[in-house]
Amino acid sequence: MAQAQVVKAPSDDVVIQIVGMHKWYGQFHVLKDINLSVYRGERIVVCGPSGSGKSTMIRCVNRLEEHQRGQIIVEGTELTGDVRQIDAIRREVGMVFQQFNLFPHLTVMQNLTLAPMWVRKMPRAEAEATAMRYLERVRIPEQAHKFPGQLSGGQQQRVAIARSLCMNPKIMLFDEPTSALDPEMIKEVLDVMVELAESGMTMICVTHEMAFARRVAHRVIFMDGGEIIEQNDPENFFTHPKSDRTKLFLSQILGH
Amino acid sequence: MSDATATVRTERHPDLPPPATTVGVLGWLRTNLFSSWLNTALTLLGLYLLWLIVPPLLDWAVFSATITGEDRTACEPNPGACWVFIKVQFWQFIYGFYPPDQTWRVNLTFLLFVAGVAPVLIERIPGKKWALFYLLFAFPVIAYVLFVGGVFGLPLVETALWGGLSLTLVVSIIGIVASLPLGILLALGRRSKMPILRMLSVVFIEAWRGVPLISVLFMASVMLPLFLPEGVNFDKLLRALIGVALFSAAYMAEVVRGGLQAVPRGQYEAAAALGLSYWKTMGLIVLPQALKIVIPGIVNTFIGLFKDTTLVAIIGLFDLLGRVHTATTNAAWLGMSTEGYVFAGAVFWVFCFGMSRYSIRLERKLGAGQRRR
Ligand SMILES: Nc1ncnc2c1ncn2[C@@H]1O[C@H](COP(=O)(O)OP(=O)(O)O)[C@@H](O)[C@H]1O
Ligand SMILES: [Mg+2]
Repeated sequence: MAQAQVVKAPSDDVVIQIVGMHKWYGQFHVLKDINLSVYRGERIVVCGPSGSGKSTMIRCVNRLEEHQRGQIIVEGTELTGDVRQIDAIRREVGMVFQQFNLFPHLTVMQNLTLAPMWVRKMPRAEAEATAMRYLERVRIPEQAHKFPGQLSGGQQQRVAIARSLCMNPKIMLFDEPTSALDPEMIKEVLDVMVELAESGMTMICVTHEMAFARRVAHRVIFMDGGEIIEQNDPENFFTHPKSDRTKLFLSQILGH
Repeated sequence: MSDATATVRTERHPDLPPPATTVGVLGWLRTNLFSSWLNTALTLLGLYLLWLIVPPLLDWAVFSATITGEDRTACEPNPGACWVFIKVQFWQFIYGFYPPDQTWRVNLTFLLFVAGVAPVLIERIPGKKWALFYLLFAFPVIAYVLFVGGVFGLPLVETALWGGLSLTLVVSIIGIVASLPLGILLALGRRSKMPILRMLSVVFIEAWRGVPLISVLFMASVMLPLFLPEGVNFDKLLRALIGVALFSAAYMAEVVRGGLQAVPRGQYEAAAALGLSYWKTMGLIVLPQALKIVIPGIVNTFIGLFKDTTLVAIIGLFDLLGRVHTATTNAAWLGMSTEGYVFAGAVFWVFCFGMSRYSIRLERKLGAGQRRR
């Protein structure tokens, strides 16, 4: 069910191109013929019912999951089994998880400097300066020397965002970054994400925060049953959903 | 049905101290020893058993014991323990048949070991990196030269002469130091994505875990030479060391694997998403967490290994227990086996208890500030 490109992109420089991609977990056909191009500076929000394959799709982009058919091309490099290419792509693609996944045995500062120092071979002083800059951007510089377990959920997720940014990625993937947070902490994380969006970062964001989608997304993609069912700009997506499944989904998440 | 009522407070209630019966010595006695009739009965029974055991034990070990004198006739007037036996044999229990004029080499090695280990184990002493480097690379060479000799004018001391506590420590320290890295590699192998590597690790681990250490040692000393070409003959102690190290590595591997399984998948994923390679992920993220979780299991394996070294007596190496046993069969000291084994047991206990306490401290230190979600 290929649809024509309905949304104008912020540039015509394609940074992620997914073509005819399929994935199976054993016998289970989890992703079916995914076609998606992401342009530089574009911000995409992915939504859909639980189990529809949203996480699996974005995890294929940095090869946390392996696809079995079709092509995924990130920054001009196709994802194949080649470990060096995978590492190269992972350096350019940051990811933020629902469960934060901070390293609990390291301080916040060590969490932030580890990858720049060990992967990018950055000197410690420079890595720490960069880390401090990003901690200030996510508004928790005073927590630098605490352990993750001593922070609130919202603070942990902001550290996780800063940790990804320290690698200076060209693309950021978010997998339901606010779903594990208490309501009063969601805003502080979304604020950081809005700011990041305003800086021009290319983002793919799985979230059900519809206000966030309206505010920052160029494009909203709706998935169900392992397929991309619908895509549109946020305004039309929410006000004129085309498919019945989208209408049902929207009525469920907005209707109370 | 009565009316539902609630007292509504108009001012804050002050914080009050807890009731007197729950605090202090009396409170402690009450909650821990006399909280119910059954508890009271058990407490009294426990006190009665202590009364039965402790006084005669103290009498034997201390009040009626003999510590002065040079031979067993000194002990005859006293009904208690004859510690003279231990005193006379003491240096043999420590050094075996290491030539008495050369025992300074053993002492020096031990001091050099302590000098290296102290900064690694004790937080307040600086220079951890250097100490570790020294322990891993310089110390083994120095220790080998000092113990074996044959160079720099040091007379050669055959391993057959080694014995006593010093042999126990040599076998167990080498076993401990070799088994941890080997065990980690085996555990990683067992969880590897490469089927061949996985299979080799599983076969190795299960083969070594499936046989008793005694038979490993027997095979090392009796069967291995049969397979080696004529004329190739390597040291009996070395063979036993390899046997002990591989045997404990198999156990260690399973302990470490338990820790690896306890590290959430999200940790691997976060490391991968940051572009860390397999070895960096393992070395920087996964192993530090996994090993911390299994410190009690690791130390448990160390303690087991330490005590299992007594089995080398089977193949004619005389560690502390072996030396004690031989001494008790000496005609001049027949009938002293209780003293001998109590002494050997006490020495083993001191070392094992020390390891256990250290591991508890280490756990506490590493756990500080890192509450889990
Ligand atoms: N490792 C896995 N093995 C087998 N099935 C999986 C695995 N991960 C996810 N799935 C299944 O794939 C489907 C899509 O999962 P997911 O991408 O996590 O959905 P979403 O993020 O949209 O909720 C679900 O039905 C889920 O049960
Ligand atoms: Mg998901």
